[in-house]
Amino acid sequence: MLELDKILVRQGAFSLAADCKIEAAKRLVITGPSGAGKSTLLSVIAGFFAPSKGRILWQEREITQATPSERPVAMLFQDGNLFPHLTVWQNAALGLRPSLKLNQDEKARVKAALERVELAEFAQRKPGDLSGGQQSRVALARVLLQDKPLILLDEPFAALGPALRQQMLALVDEIAAERGAGVLMVSHDPQDAKSFADQVILVADGQVHAPRETAEIFANPPAALVAYLGES
Amino acid sequence: MARRVVSVSNGAGAVSATLVGVLVLVPIAVILAQVGWPKNLASADWAALRFTVLQAVMSAVLSAVLAVPVARALARRRFIGRGAFVLLMGAPFILPVIVAVLGLLAVFGRAGFLNTLLGNMGLPPVNIYGLHGVVLAHVFFNLPLAVRLLLQGWEAIPPERFRLATALGMRPVDVMRFLEWPMLRERLPGVLLVVFLICLSSFAVALTLGGGPGATTLELAIYEAFRLEFDLARAAGLALVQLALVVAVGLFALRLGKVAEFGAGLAKRDVLWRPESIWLKAQDLLVLGLAAGFVGLPLLAVILKGIPSFLDLPSSVFTAAYTSVFVAFCSMVLCLLAAFSLASARRGWAEVIGLLGLAISPLVLGVGLFLMINPFLNPSALSLPVTVLVNALLALPFALRVLAPEYARVERDYGKLADGLGLQGLARFRLLLWPQMRASLGFAAGLAAALSMGDLGVIALFADSEQATLPLQIYRLMGAYRMDAAAGAALLLLGLSYGLFALLDWGGRKGA
Repeated sequence: MLELDKILVRQGAFSLAADCKIEAAKRLVITGPSGAGKSTLLSVIAGFFAPSKGRILWQEREITQATPSERPVAMLFQDGNLFPHLTVWQNAALGLRPSLKLNQDEKARVKAALERVELAEFAQRKPGDLSGGQQSRVALARVLLQDKPLILLDEPFAALGPALRQQMLALVDEIAAERGAGVLMVSHDPQDAKSFADQVILVADGQVHAPRETAEIFANPPAALVAYLGES
Repeated sequence: MARRVVSVSNGAGAVSATLVGVLVLVPIAVILAQVGWPKNLASADWAALRFTVLQAVMSAVLSAVLAVPVARALARRRFIGRGAFVLLMGAPFILPVIVAVLGLLAVFGRAGFLNTLLGNMGLPPVNIYGLHGVVLAHVFFNLPLAVRLLLQGWEAIPPERFRLATALGMRPVDVMRFLEWPMLRERLPGVLLVVFLICLSSFAVALTLGGGPGATTLELAIYEAFRLEFDLARAAGLALVQLALVVAVGLFALRLGKVAEFGAGLAKRDVLWRPESIWLKAQDLLVLGLAAGFVGLPLLAVILKGIPSFLDLPSSVFTAAYTSVFVAFCSMVLCLLAAFSLASARRGWAEVIGLLGLAISPLVLGVGLFLMINPFLNPSALSLPVTVLVNALLALPFALRVLAPEYARVERDYGKLADGLGLQGLARFRLLLWPQMRASLGFAAGLAAALSMGDLGVIALFADSEQATLPLQIYRLMGAYRMDAAAGAALLLLGLSYGLFALLDWGGRKGA
């Protein structure tokens, strides 16, 4: 259980309040108008932004002051998920050890992770030699090796075509299922929510709404979601 | 503002900032404590102050004004060798002053190329010593800098504006009025100030081409009071006047906020506006030819004059060369450590501390350090460590200018990813900062090493007759009228300075 306890984020005129609980090992989509603070919410959970007020708890342990790498999360950003000067193998292996000093057992795990995303033969290439979809799979191999209970996705597949995007989401789904991890994904596409998510978190008007079951929220949408989706 | 959870590591930066601050401020405090503020200046000191300001104003105005047509020609023409021309405009920046002076003497000196030409035409010779020699040398160094700075200004004008000007059928005079003049009005004050500031602290040029009651800068007066008259109190008083002058101009420049950047950004791009009139083409060709000759001929003269005596240089030259390489290496390492840790702080105060090196002159610092060391040790015993330290400090602003933006870029692009993966300390340096920054680290190292290699400042104050860096040894050979040996040694120094720069720069770029 991830708990956002009376969180308040302030950045100039922008403010965002969150006070809710997010169940572990679920697939959640965070949606809402642009500029509402979807990405900010992920940044706060991941530890890149400290909230002005409030606490964050994971399994009832406070993590508000923990650094990003100490938190139970693995995050993928919109872009820049790989170091361009390191090989595919090194990029993936960073998920295990930031020093890249691996023992035999760990090397075998990196190999297995690259095989899992079907990139074993690209291990010694640099990200620049790879297609967009392949780069995304390298990042997912690293997420697999990080083995954190919560995977945060800040629209990392936005630049991919629709078919490739669906493949990536399916791969995320499989990896999360294998590791028993939860997924928190930012998306402005209601279709993502309907096809992927167990629950939906609406971020609108400076407020993070508590998660609701996907089918239920679309059957009976709150006013802010109606305004965002448009009447149709 | 939301705080970042990950605290940006400030430790190393704070330590460096403190060390640099102590290194700069303690010697000044020592001067003030031991000598106090000078109550009244001798007339010779007033003359030195007036001359310092006069030559700096003339050097700044001439460099900036002459740079306008050169930068414009460079901006609106594409020709074979343009890259080489831009490179040539960068060359004087790391050229040792003593080498440039020998080159200028070979072209403009009594028996130089120009006077031979004038003599053959039955015209009276020009004299390079005195005010105009000092200004000539300063323009030699700063015209290329001004050209590069103004060229950036031209390239900062959006190409669409020139396209629009062409579409509207604007004549060159209209383009000047509507596009180029507004840019110049914005940039010229900054260029003038930078050159003025650099020339205020002129020592080696004044030492070799100036001197005497009519052409002594404050820096030279400090040196003479110190070395020739052994008048420590007067030297210290002059040092305080020099300090006050530079700090006042520096504060004015900061308030104006328009001190030009030293960056390079000279990427190729299409020229959308090339006035095709024969007259303008001829004018641009002439301007570029004159500029290339003005900068290139002295360099060429150093090479040609140095070759004959290069093979039988006295052993003292090689000893001095070895000392210089050692000093340059040590000061490069120190400078890079300080610049990198200050860049890692990514704070305004770090930048300001780094710029202290620009505000303080080596001789002022030297006098203060001498006063500090003198009660305990013979200062000449510490001449090399002091030179290493002061040279590192003087190169620090330039190294910081190169490294700080690169550091900020790497952290902006990859900082979050690295934080998320727990890349810290040495691992962060090895896996992220080093591979991403090695090209700029190599460039900064090259700058620091070459600047230290060519420096003739604090070493002249401290060294006894047994010790010398290569620039000081060349100065001594000149003083002994051994011009052939000086020419050969100058060629060696030229090769070592550019060689060190090229080696470090190449090392950084290789495989980056």
